[in-house]
Amino acid sequence: MADFWKRFCRNRGAVIGITILAVVVLVAVLAPLVFPQSPWRMVQRPFLPPFSMEQYPLGTDALGRNVMSGLAYGAQVSLLVGLVSTVAALLIGIPIGALAGYFGGWIDDALMRFTEFFQTVPSFALAIVLVAIFEPSIQSIIAAIAIVSWPPVARLVRGEVLSLRSREYIEAAILSGQTSAAIILRQVLPNTLSPIIVLASLMVATAILLESSLSFLGLGDPNMMSWGYMIGAARTVIRQAWWLSFFPGVAILLTVLALNLIGEGLNDALNPRLARRGK
Amino acid sequence: MLRFILMRLGKAAVILIAIMTLNFFLIHAAPGDPAAVMAGEAGAADAKFIAQLREQFGLDKPLLTQLGIYLKGVLQFDLGFSYRQQMPVAQLILDRLPATLLLTMTAFVISLVLGTFAGVLASARVGKWSDTAISSLALLFYATPLYWAALMAVLVFSVYFNWLPGFGYETVGANHTGLARLLDIGRHLILPATTLGLFFMAVYMRMTRASMLEVSQLDFVKTARAKGLKRSIIQRRHIFRNAMLPVVTLAGLQAGQLVGGAVLTETVFAWPGIGRLMFEALAQRDYNLLLGVFFVSAAMVLLFNLITDILYRFVDPRIRVA
Repeated sequence: MADFWKRFCRNRGAVIGITILAVVVLVAVLAPLVFPQSPWRMVQRPFLPPFSMEQYPLGTDALGRNVMSGLAYGAQVSLLVGLVSTVAALLIGIPIGALAGYFGGWIDDALMRFTEFFQTVPSFALAIVLVAIFEPSIQSIIAAIAIVSWPPVARLVRGEVLSLRSREYIEAAILSGQTSAAIILRQVLPNTLSPIIVLASLMVATAILLESSLSFLGLGDPNMMSWGYMIGAARTVIRQAWWLSFFPGVAILLTVLALNLIGEGLNDALNPRLARRGK
Repeated sequence: MLRFILMRLGKAAVILIAIMTLNFFLIHAAPGDPAAVMAGEAGAADAKFIAQLREQFGLDKPLLTQLGIYLKGVLQFDLGFSYRQQMPVAQLILDRLPATLLLTMTAFVISLVLGTFAGVLASARVGKWSDTAISSLALLFYATPLYWAALMAVLVFSVYFNWLPGFGYETVGANHTGLARLLDIGRHLILPATTLGLFFMAVYMRMTRASMLEVSQLDFVKTARAKGLKRSIIQRRHIFRNAMLPVVTLAGLQAGQLVGGAVLTETVFAWPGIGRLMFEALAQRDYNLLLGVFFVSAAMVLLFNLITDILYRFVDPRIRVA
């Protein structure tokens, strides 16, 4: 573990990434303490420019709501959706990939055709349709993102399992009479963990972008303040009030950037052999 | 070769039917009884009229029969009727399709050309500051929300500097014709196409750079160096050609995702394509139209993939032989 941490920290980008992410997590956790009032509440005159009042450093929006408070609560939504939808996508993708890779044959064929289908359908358009039909809510958004983002997981796990399948220790496990389920869970999957972790960190980033895009189009959870919603609501007043779309966008950019940097750092730290190549 | 194309066509047809089936069930899952909605739009929501509509559109038949009717309809370009816009969905989409094709194709070309160019440049100067600059920029584009980049581009280039139009497809009321009209559309195209392409540019840049570096380690490149060939020739003929194969594959797969991104770009720039149409359908809860656009964009992706697959057979002789 210490060794892993040392390798991770050798990547300067990864350290920057984890610092930014730590700040975002802190903001999300502290939001209700620092801003006890709802972010939907009017607090000042509308369109208060940023840096003009100390109490509202990022100004107010078209309805006089505090932009700073919106950003803080928005961090909660982004992190929540990013994390939960990625876990959900892993829960769909890992079993499908593991079964396809382990059993091969027609099971593999059928599962991979199924996966291919979901890879062909344009993911963002499908997410829009799913959220619109099942009514926008935090649950439907998470479900839609999970449904469009599991295929890469399945393909990755399948590939890893295929390459492990013919190893001697797996054959030994089969001969010793272990059930397939036990072999997959105890022998195969633990060895596929590091690429899955790397992929998952990048998926959280993509999920945050997806959620913000859906909210931007008006498909966000109507009860939760999110960064995408803030930009979407500010779209029509961009000429009068640039700050309303500028700051939430920077927040999204930094968070997604941080996660991507962390993903690269994890990749270097977990696959040191790969990292050295091509550098 | 012919056998391969036929097989690919068959596979695409199967996926198309799967997409149509998915679409059918999604329409059924949509809130509101279609007959009641239709009757409501017609302003006569009494039970007898609803029952009559239900019979007329086959909504009283078993689900599988309805699916059959639906599939037959789609194959005849019947995607249903948009009661909000009082037009057949297929007609609405067909009217808007050219604008989207123009936007996505331009964005695709811009991102592929600039992305691979930057990738090659970075790989040739690996570890130097220009590589760091290009790679950092790509990382930044990769993390930027597409619609936000579009809004910021409007703010900078059209509101602040007033260089480029940030709204619409052509100047309203200008009534340009011929070349003047083309130039006008071209000017309107710059911002939407560039912002739509940013993310994909970053993807292609990273892919090209990694692929170039990987190929440059291979034995045949060492041989070429040992033969004393010029560096630029090795770069161009040996490394670049081989490095482009995975980039082309990826580009073909990603071309479809551009259609999804177009929903965001077209919304910001009021570009009259099917992405904007999807946004309008969302705002009006027009599910027939929404799913019609979804079906067409999925079909477009399928077509893109098919073309890439077939092109790939021509580009890579190894696959052709195998």
